[in-house]
Amino acid sequence: MPDALLLAQKLDAFYGDFQALFGVNISVDAGEVLAIIGANGAGKSTLLRSLAGLIKNDSNQVVFKGQSIGDKRADTIARLGIALVPEGRQLFPSLSVEENLKLGAKVGRRGYWTLTSVYELFPILNERRNTAPTALSGGQQQMVAIARALMSNPEVILFDEISLGLAPVIINDIYNAFPTIIEQGVTAVIVEQDISRALSVASRVYCLQKGSVKLEGLTREKTRDAITAAYFGVAV
Amino acid sequence: MEWLGVVVQGVLLGGLYALFATGLSLMFGVMRLVNIAHGDLIVLGAYIALSTVAILDVHPVIAMVLVVPIMGFVGYALQRTLLNRTLGADILPPLLVTFGLSVILQNALLEIYSADPQKLSAGPMETASVSFGSLSVGVFPLLTFVSAIVLIGLLQWVFYHTSLGREFRAVSDNQEIAQLMGINKAHVFGVAMALAFAVTAIAGILFGVRTSFDPSIGGGRLLLAFEAVIIGGLGNLWGTLAGGIILGVAQTVGGQINPGWQQLAGHIAFLFVLAIKPTGLFPRVAH
Ligand SMILES: Nc1ncnc2c1ncn2[C@@H]1O[C@H](COP(=O)(O)OP(=O)(O)O)[C@@H](O)[C@H]1O
Ligand SMILES: [Mg+2]
Repeated sequence: MPDALLLAQKLDAFYGDFQALFGVNISVDAGEVLAIIGANGAGKSTLLRSLAGLIKNDSNQVVFKGQSIGDKRADTIARLGIALVPEGRQLFPSLSVEENLKLGAKVGRRGYWTLTSVYELFPILNERRNTAPTALSGGQQQMVAIARALMSNPEVILFDEISLGLAPVIINDIYNAFPTIIEQGVTAVIVEQDISRALSVASRVYCLQKGSVKLEGLTREKTRDAITAAYFGVAV
Repeated sequence: MEWLGVVVQGVLLGGLYALFATGLSLMFGVMRLVNIAHGDLIVLGAYIALSTVAILDVHPVIAMVLVVPIMGFVGYALQRTLLNRTLGADILPPLLVTFGLSVILQNALLEIYSADPQKLSAGPMETASVSFGSLSVGVFPLLTFVSAIVLIGLLQWVFYHTSLGREFRAVSDNQEIAQLMGINKAHVFGVAMALAFAVTAIAGILFGVRTSFDPSIGGGRLLLAFEAVIIGGLGNLWGTLAGGIILGVAQTVGGQINPGWQQLAGHIAFLFVLAIKPTGLFPRVAH
């Protein structure tokens, strides 16, 4: 295996006594778009939260650019260049749209993404920059969440169900921004329940089921049936 | 005219109560910490000033230059070493730990300074007054009130117009997501505590000039601080100032009617506000 940018190695994750991930192995190569799919409760968010440091693990269970980071704090990991767009947007209600974005730049990593370039990506946010995020539509909120993560100029960006609860037209708007985001050389991990949406942009896919990887491979080599089977846990 | 004077005195006294409450409000606002030791910290500020004045032979107001950073440093250290460990989903640990801290502080102060009442002497400034027409107002209470307004204005500015303030609001909104932004929560909490302690030191010194103090009086100041915060509405510093003023006016007016009613009138005003508006007069608007 070539040196992966980001690795989960035999990753177990727990909520107290409850084990949510069982020996998950995932490797993310530099520059790729990777999809992680799975039914509700499969452990997708838990995986992303472990990668981002919101759940502490053994040090070597998560490796980023050859460095073991499984036990590092989330703020340290953010500074290293991993950003998470959390499930359910999770904007700061006490901060205006622009303040949310400025906070995203707090890690102090320089690069393509600045207020100017994220406003170019999502022009509507420029118009609404002094608004409270709670006054925005769901789609606009999702744009803020994505733009906020981009502001840290991450090397890896983790998207947790960005289409959840949004109308198809709005989802299209958001996915239309993908090429521009990827062009900047960022590596993306996309978690979605909507299989076809995820497969349309990703080159590789992992399927999680009950906390374990049930299927992995190139999206073009996997048949719809095989993925569906791994998704729902029925025999092919 | 006599009543006008009484009300003005109450308003100015309210400035001191607002200063008592500001630190408490800050701690709760940023990290949801209810600090039972807050009254003892006010007293601690007064005692550190007492020692500074004794050792360096300076005016208490000058002593502030030293006492405020000392208290700020103690606040930061206390938050990083002890209080951060108590914060979590459960609100009981910080209550218990700060209660313990209160007991320790009182006993330590008693051991070091004895139970004898002490006072910070500000010299002629204490008795000086200025006249507005027939109304005569004490210079020191006026100075205290102005300090409260300036400090609260400054803190509001920090909260809403600086990157530090952005971080305060972000950790207050959602600690996990704030960490994803590269914010070291433990440090930001430490800084908030340092600010709260700094304001509390100023409150302690102004209080120590105004009245005599001994190690046991922290509890009463804590109660006043709580009442001011709750009357004003949680998380709103200008509301806290209003809360302090309402308490101050109730006390001076009550005391004017019958000297024994002074404290009681303040508590009744508090209960009255709580009864008609349980969230306080100016709760922070939830967006
Ligand atoms: N905070 C939590 N406390 C306890 N259990 C949790 C918590 N969050 C998630 N879980 C459990 O962990 C499992 C995986 O959840 P999650 O990673 O959120 O799944 P997904 O994102 O794939 O829907 C589920 O069984 C869920 O109930
Ligand atoms: Mg999820």
